[in-house]
Amino acid sequence: MHMADALISPAVGGTMWAASAGLLAWCARKIRQTLDDRLVPLMGVLGAFIFAAQMINFTIPATGSSGHLGGGLILAVLLGPYASFVVIASVLTVQALFFADGGLLALGCNIFNLGFFPAFVALPLIYRPIVRDARGGVRLWLGSMLAAIVGLQLGAFGVVIETTLSGISELPFDKFVMLMQPIHLAIGIVEGLATAAVVAFVARTRPEALVMPSAPVDFSVNLRPVQTGLLIAAVIVGGALSWFASSHPDGLEWSMGKVSGREELESREAGIHEDMARVQEKTAFLPDYGFKTGEPEETQAWPAVNAGTTISGLVGGAMVVALAGLAGYLLRLRRKTA
Amino acid sequence: MDEFGAMDSPAHRLDARAKAVATIAFIVAVMSFPPYELSGLAPFVIYPVVLLALSGIPPAFILRKVLIAAPFAICIGLFNPLFDRHPVVLPGGLVVAGGWISFASILFRFALTVSAALVWVASSGMHRLCAGLERIGAPRAFVVQLLFLHRYLFVVADEGLRMRRAMDLRSAGARGPSLRVYGSITGHLLLRALDRAHRVYAAMRARGFDGRVRALRETESRIGDAAFVVCWIAFFAIARKWNLAEALGAWITGGAR
Repeated sequence: MHMADALISPAVGGTMWAASAGLLAWCARKIRQTLDDRLVPLMGVLGAFIFAAQMINFTIPATGSSGHLGGGLILAVLLGPYASFVVIASVLTVQALFFADGGLLALGCNIFNLGFFPAFVALPLIYRPIVRDARGGVRLWLGSMLAAIVGLQLGAFGVVIETTLSGISELPFDKFVMLMQPIHLAIGIVEGLATAAVVAFVARTRPEALVMPSAPVDFSVNLRPVQTGLLIAAVIVGGALSWFASSHPDGLEWSMGKVSGREELESREAGIHEDMARVQEKTAFLPDYGFKTGEPEETQAWPAVNAGTTISGLVGGAMVVALAGLAGYLLRLRRKTA
Repeated sequence: MDEFGAMDSPAHRLDARAKAVATIAFIVAVMSFPPYELSGLAPFVIYPVVLLALSGIPPAFILRKVLIAAPFAICIGLFNPLFDRHPVVLPGGLVVAGGWISFASILFRFALTVSAALVWVASSGMHRLCAGLERIGAPRAFVVQLLFLHRYLFVVADEGLRMRRAMDLRSAGARGPSLRVYGSITGHLLLRALDRAHRVYAAMRARGFDGRVRALRETESRIGDAAFVVCWIAFFAIARKWNLAEALGAWITGGAR
């Protein structure tokens, strides 16, 4: 699931770097505000534990194959969202730098895919509501399984979206989704089993070890500086880097253009395909990252400083920020009602 | 990897930040090429090769690391020849699917970006890397976390290896343990790691730890570092704008383009 640089375009990589760096700065601030320095060695050793735990395999029930812990969820369970995000980011950084597991440009993508979803989606929205204070039994196993599956499904979907947007792999979006999601369903089940087994053991033998000196799930801080920073970063990245997005049609369109003489194949299938295409045409107000002109696009020299591309980048960035804001708002609502 | 970080060479004496900036510019330039590019990428080989030569790190070490990391890029890249089947005529009359060209391009980029990043890290060492990170404004909690992770990585990993060996010896060649046994073994590993964290914390407090890790060898920027960055970025820009390999080929073959 670690993405390599060779499949990422600079625009996608840069955007995800900005997103992950912003999250990291925010988490670091939360840790500094709420915590004693006991957490410093604890976080370091737990990061090392993730590496060590990946060396121990177990037999997956009823299949005969073996699996091991991935680590995102158990860190989130042990340390809470902020500290676990920092630990996962550090684990991925060390993997990228020292083991060439995942690229540098892709590091932002990897931190987001493997760090954000377990810590800020799977833990607060799935694991905690289901498991609550359960020290074993059905709640713990169900919560761990569901949280691990959802976290990995979202992460795998992130990989698909980032790879497709980068346009370097020829793998079509739908085929890539069909490849990634089932594989990560299996990985998610294994991850859930492993996480629950370890948490259940620790809860049985030394329950106090599960109460870490970590920050509570608390989203009521002043987010304005972070939001402003993220907004500025998104505007800069979306606006500036999209000039550098290649002005050539993407690979598949290019090859189809060569073969058939037109950019997109005409679909002759009636029924649902046509309807979907019409819906897509209506809803995609930024097809191919540029405004519809009705005229053939002219090829431009690199970097193509094109108003259409820039505006697409800006609008896309704004939408991402808006979605992230909505997610934060929902989390806050949940907390108030809880 | 750590042995190489402690070496001394012209490449090691460069500021870790200067190498970071040049390496990131390198990766961005390489990845901004369109999918079918091959010849235009060729001049970029110079950067990792020069840095490697300056650092005195054995090339076989870097090559081995690149090969170990290759499977993922190969797996995803292999779909290109499957989905992109328009014919391309190579010099010599050989016809292949266009996807093979972009697949070759992906592998080439992979080798370039991974080797550049590895040489950068190997010629910097974790401590200088982290000191550089902190000075360009990375959150301190993250930098300290990286240093601690790196320090305890091998200690805890050794612990895990010992436990696995003990388990293998007692299970007499059977397949992996059941989930219940796994939970107990990994749980014990976790508890040992936690105990270690408490001992480390106590020892650190006894020595006056205040949440900061201070780097011994503070690096400072010099003109040489700035020149290093400027020259490489200029080279990347030129190589990105004009296809140097093709120009050289045209010059050698007598100007026939």
